[in-house]
Amino acid sequence: VSSTIKERIADRLPAFLRRADPAVVTAFGCIVALLLVGSLYSSSFLSPEYLLQQLKVASFLGVIATGMMLVILLGQIDLSVPWSVATGAMMGCAAAAFGPAGVALAIPFGVLCGVLIGLVNGIGVAYLRIPSMIITLATNAVAQGLMVVYTGGFSPQDSATAAMRYLATGFLIPGVPNAVVIWALIGAAMVFVLTRTGFGRAVYGIGNRERAAYLSGIDTRRVVMIAFAVSGGLSAFGGVLLAGYASKAAQSMGDAYLLPSIAAVVLGGTSILGGRGSYLGTVAGVILITLLQSILSVLQMPEAGRQIIYGVVIVVMLLLYGRAPADR
Amino acid sequence: MKDWRYWLAEQRGTLLALGIFVFMFIIYTANHPAGFTANVVQTAANKGVLLAFVAIAQTLVVITAGIDLSVGMIFLLTNCLASWLVVGAPMETALGVVAVLAVGLACGALNGAIVIYGRLQPIVATIATGAIYFGIALLLRPFPGGSVNEDLADALTGRIFSVVPTSIVVLALAVLLIWVPFSRSVLGRAAYAAGSSEVAAYMSGVPIRRGKFAAYTLAGLFAAIGGLFLTFFTYTGEAAYASGNAYTLFSIASVVLGGVSLFGGRGSAIGAVFGALAFRTIGDLLFVFDFDPLWQPLFQGIILLVAVSLGAFALFRVRNRLEWFL
Repeated sequence: VSSTIKERIADRLPAFLRRADPAVVTAFGCIVALLLVGSLYSSSFLSPEYLLQQLKVASFLGVIATGMMLVILLGQIDLSVPWSVATGAMMGCAAAAFGPAGVALAIPFGVLCGVLIGLVNGIGVAYLRIPSMIITLATNAVAQGLMVVYTGGFSPQDSATAAMRYLATGFLIPGVPNAVVIWALIGAAMVFVLTRTGFGRAVYGIGNRERAAYLSGIDTRRVVMIAFAVSGGLSAFGGVLLAGYASKAAQSMGDAYLLPSIAAVVLGGTSILGGRGSYLGTVAGVILITLLQSILSVLQMPEAGRQIIYGVVIVVMLLLYGRAPADR
Repeated sequence: MKDWRYWLAEQRGTLLALGIFVFMFIIYTANHPAGFTANVVQTAANKGVLLAFVAIAQTLVVITAGIDLSVGMIFLLTNCLASWLVVGAPMETALGVVAVLAVGLACGALNGAIVIYGRLQPIVATIATGAIYFGIALLLRPFPGGSVNEDLADALTGRIFSVVPTSIVVLALAVLLIWVPFSRSVLGRAAYAAGSSEVAAYMSGVPIRRGKFAAYTLAGLFAAIGGLFLTFFTYTGEAAYASGNAYTLFSIASVVLGGVSLFGGRGSAIGAVFGALAFRTIGDLLFVFDFDPLWQPLFQGIILLVAVSLGAFALFRVRNRLEWFL
């Protein structure tokens, strides 16, 4: 009986809602609810300036979460985000110290360092078959060690280049921050890759069952390695943008991005077991997390309360729709 | 095969870890300016025991084929709690110790409940609960501070008969009284069986859920004992995010060095203890060889990377390529 009621309700819904993933709809519903709660507190929550500002802050997390999503779709995880972000930012700023050529190559160099970290992860996971959470924790520790040696234990004094600052805070299109444009471009590229290319098909296939993907002729190990390299590169690019936003790089700047990036992907309905999820969900997750952060800071919630609320929100949302199937 | 050869094959990881530790410790004491004295041993023991307790906690979860990324945060939380509660008259102190251990058990039980009965992935679930535990620790100690019953602290970090470090004795007692009975009980075997092959264990009627739940809960207890000892060494409580993360990371390294399989079902907490002691000694080697302390994080990271990559040697034994994809 309940299924027929469900079907009847489904029949009344518009087509785009009927096809939508319930998780994505829930996430967008939560965004609307958060905005309404916020607007009760202060009317400026619904002003375009505030929303655009939130979108700009969200775009840093969005770039990082894009890479995380690619890896999670494979059924893996990338815990090297904190120091990939920091390495990208610090190496980008460091390159700027080497004359005009260094300034010009600062952004590519920072991203390249992230790609290298991702490549080590990818080789470990794909070819050496080391569990991804272990190898990424290890490369995170190595990246941290390298940066500590490089900086001599102090925060680097190098500041971001003008190009970085322009990317993060400038306006190419009047009224729309560049960071948002960059996120939109990266997001569009990701959607294209996931839905229109063989690589994207392979990612979903491997996430569902790597054996089956291998037997159907996909070079699964190469795909996994590339996905990790892309994730590392995007983390580092996120770091470069953050350095531009803050005008300088700092050692612990990536720590605040590991949990939110995983949370954004998972809250957006991407299965943590891999193989299922849409980029639209990740966008919803990123905006949801950013709004939650913003509202908590407007309410002047201390760091302790924020951590607790994060943890509780993630556990509750996962319990609602992220559970593994009951196989018995 | 004779019985002792089976035993040897089973304990290979543990014995290897013991060997690495003894070898490293000999190099360490031989190059230490003070040499092999009770003082040097006591300092090394006190540092190693902290990591050893957290490594035992990690082992309990890893043998069920899970992972606990919140052990470091439980360690911090119980440290902060102990800096409030473990003070005053002997009776109050004793109650405080019991309360701290109970909170550790509760944290472990919450992890277990979410992972087993909530059917969430251990990685994400424990990252999230780790954030909660860290938040509570920060509420308890927004700034480093607090105090501890110094008589108890000095007694537990000192030496017995001015030779044997007390902390090592407590570690041995904890292993003998909690780990050994657990690993030989029905629940302990269920935890191993669940990690080895959950489906087969279920088919043979092993109580896998209760076994895994017991493992997660006891992991919280061991992390809490570690947190208590941290308070005894430092006399304060501090909610330092980086330190909690480092302990989680090092516990995984210790478990791997100690011969515990990250895929579950193999290894022992005793191996992890030696893994932890060896890991600490390797870190301290830099100190006796007069390296710049700045190199220590890099050195430890590389040890971790090499240790986890050693697991890849199992690939050479794989005959069918499909076995790559578990």
